[in-house]
Amino acid sequence: MSLLELKNVSKIYGNLHALDNVSLTVEKGEWVAIMGPSGSGKSTMMNIIGCMDKASEGEVLLDGVDISKESSKSLTNIRRDKIGLIFQQFHLVSYLTALENVMLAQYYHSIPDEKEALEALEKVGLADRAKHFPSQLSGGEQQRVCVARALINYPEIILADEPTGNLDEANEEIVVELFRKLHEDGTTLIVVTHDPEVAEVAQRTLVLRNGKLDHETVNKNFTGHIKYNL
Amino acid sequence: MFLRMILRAFLRQWKKMAMIAFTIALGSSLATAMLCVMMDVGDKVNQELKTYGANIKVVPKDASIINELYDTDGENMSGAYLREDELGKIKTIFWAFNIVDYAPFISTNASLNGGDEVTVTGTWFNHHMELPTGETLDAGVVSMRSWWEIIAGDWIDEQNGDDRDVAMVGKALAEANGIKVGDTIDLKGSSGEKSLLVSAIFDAGGDEDDQVYVYLDTAQVLAALDGKVDSIEVSALTTPDNELAEKAAADPSSLSIAQKETWLCTAYVSAICYQIQEVITDSVASAVRQVADSEGEILNKTQLLMMLITVLSLVGAALGICNLVTASVMERAQEIGLMKAIGAQNPSITGLVLTEILLTAIIGGIAGFFAGIGFAQIIGHSVFASAISVRPMVIPIVAVLVFIVTLIGCIPAIKMLLGLRPTEVLHGR
Repeated sequence: MSLLELKNVSKIYGNLHALDNVSLTVEKGEWVAIMGPSGSGKSTMMNIIGCMDKASEGEVLLDGVDISKESSKSLTNIRRDKIGLIFQQFHLVSYLTALENVMLAQYYHSIPDEKEALEALEKVGLADRAKHFPSQLSGGEQQRVCVARALINYPEIILADEPTGNLDEANEEIVVELFRKLHEDGTTLIVVTHDPEVAEVAQRTLVLRNGKLDHETVNKNFTGHIKYNL
Repeated sequence: MFLRMILRAFLRQWKKMAMIAFTIALGSSLATAMLCVMMDVGDKVNQELKTYGANIKVVPKDASIINELYDTDGENMSGAYLREDELGKIKTIFWAFNIVDYAPFISTNASLNGGDEVTVTGTWFNHHMELPTGETLDAGVVSMRSWWEIIAGDWIDEQNGDDRDVAMVGKALAEANGIKVGDTIDLKGSSGEKSLLVSAIFDAGGDEDDQVYVYLDTAQVLAALDGKVDSIEVSALTTPDNELAEKAAADPSSLSIAQKETWLCTAYVSAICYQIQEVITDSVASAVRQVADSEGEILNKTQLLMMLITVLSLVGAALGICNLVTASVMERAQEIGLMKAIGAQNPSITGLVLTEILLTAIIGGIAGFFAGIGFAQIIGHSVFASAISVRPMVIPIVAVLVFIVTLIGCIPAIKMLLGLRPTEVLHGR
């Protein structure tokens, strides 16, 4: 059974089909990149997979459960238990330290554990910045805190929306390296990106255009390491 | 984590929280001040109204019946009298502390300087009493007839130990007979004679202007009514009548035991009258309706005004809180959206925001409460020239009002918070 399966999913706003009859499957432990120009439906798809929005038509099966029929309360619980979210804009709580931002995800999931949160920061190389506030961290460091927050509750899928969109090359490499490690650990990754170099690192790339799945490419030379086209 | 978030939120947005606390403090200070004044205004207004005379009149039972039958306007035609030695008992009733002043009266006719008959009224002027409770009371017409204008001379002072053969003469009588302060007048009653020194000429603006006011015992000698009085006028602090009080005034025996208990334990004028009747033998105590009614009316209107100010101030505070909290939630929309995205349910986020606001409300409420006590004292001193006492009841009322107003003020913000969708705030859509 696939971890994630979209069957003829559409998202319709009035006359606009943000997603139009899209079907796809993602296996457990797979690293998938979703690419496409602006307005192609990438973020809409991410919102539906991330249980933050509902499909207008079709079925979305996560771990065999059709989440398209769930109430918003159940969707929140599914999101909390199974999905780790990473955003382009980081979205850290400005008045909490890096450590507390990671613990926030624990707090809404189960019980905050400072030691475990510190270990997560250690994994992303930020143990020494645990007591710093977001305003005291660089963009790359903030995104790494987001990664730590996303993985703290051991989610089944990590959904990253343009995770390197606001980062320089060095930080982009660090974040992709983190994804590679997560993939090695068996985490399923779905990364929405504009950046072909980031997309190429994934095992499989899905390209959306005008809300439809345009084509799909499989990276036969998958290593998980980024290669810059200099 | 919850406390850590609350603390951090406070530290981060202390200016906004201070504004919210200030708004709440403003509302609660006005509410506290108005409630303190409202609860104390009854006593204060009553105290003010005491200058307009007594609100209870006590007469012998027989005289009361004849008064009702023949409408004698209070004149004692029955030959029945009250006992002077029982006057002190008025200050022993359950509502003794509410009796602020009283004076006995006895009227008799006497010929003035061998000529026309005039009415001579004996009373207390500023009679000093040592009560069994250890308290002292200066009672009499000096304070109960404060509107009398002394045209010449001075009020008779019972406490200076001077000659008791003195009199105060009404303006009309003095003019008709050419009496001046310092003159001696001869009064011949039915069984006695007295030569009295005129100590004052007064203008009462009523029937008293044709009368002579003397010491109680002087009038008793002239009328040979030693130890007796015609009537007693009492100034008492009372609670405005309601349905229960009216029912009791009509017929106390019609009350149930519980109603009677409530009635007797409330300072209704009828309850005080009832208790005075119990200590003064063969007496009927009744409310001087005009005074009692205007007291009640003024009190009710004053309290209504205070209540309106309280309500308006709280509505103002609620609107202020509403604006500030809504602005705060709008400002924190991304943060709230993020919390929802990582798994926070609506109740936990609502709880977080409400806790922050209620803690702020507690701080603002306490500050406002003490400021309100200060405002109440300013009002007390500037309007009533005395301090306003703070009833303990004000504390829970203000606490409940602050709680309710804060919650009401938070409703629009909470509605907005519940409607926030993570996708909209996190992706800017």
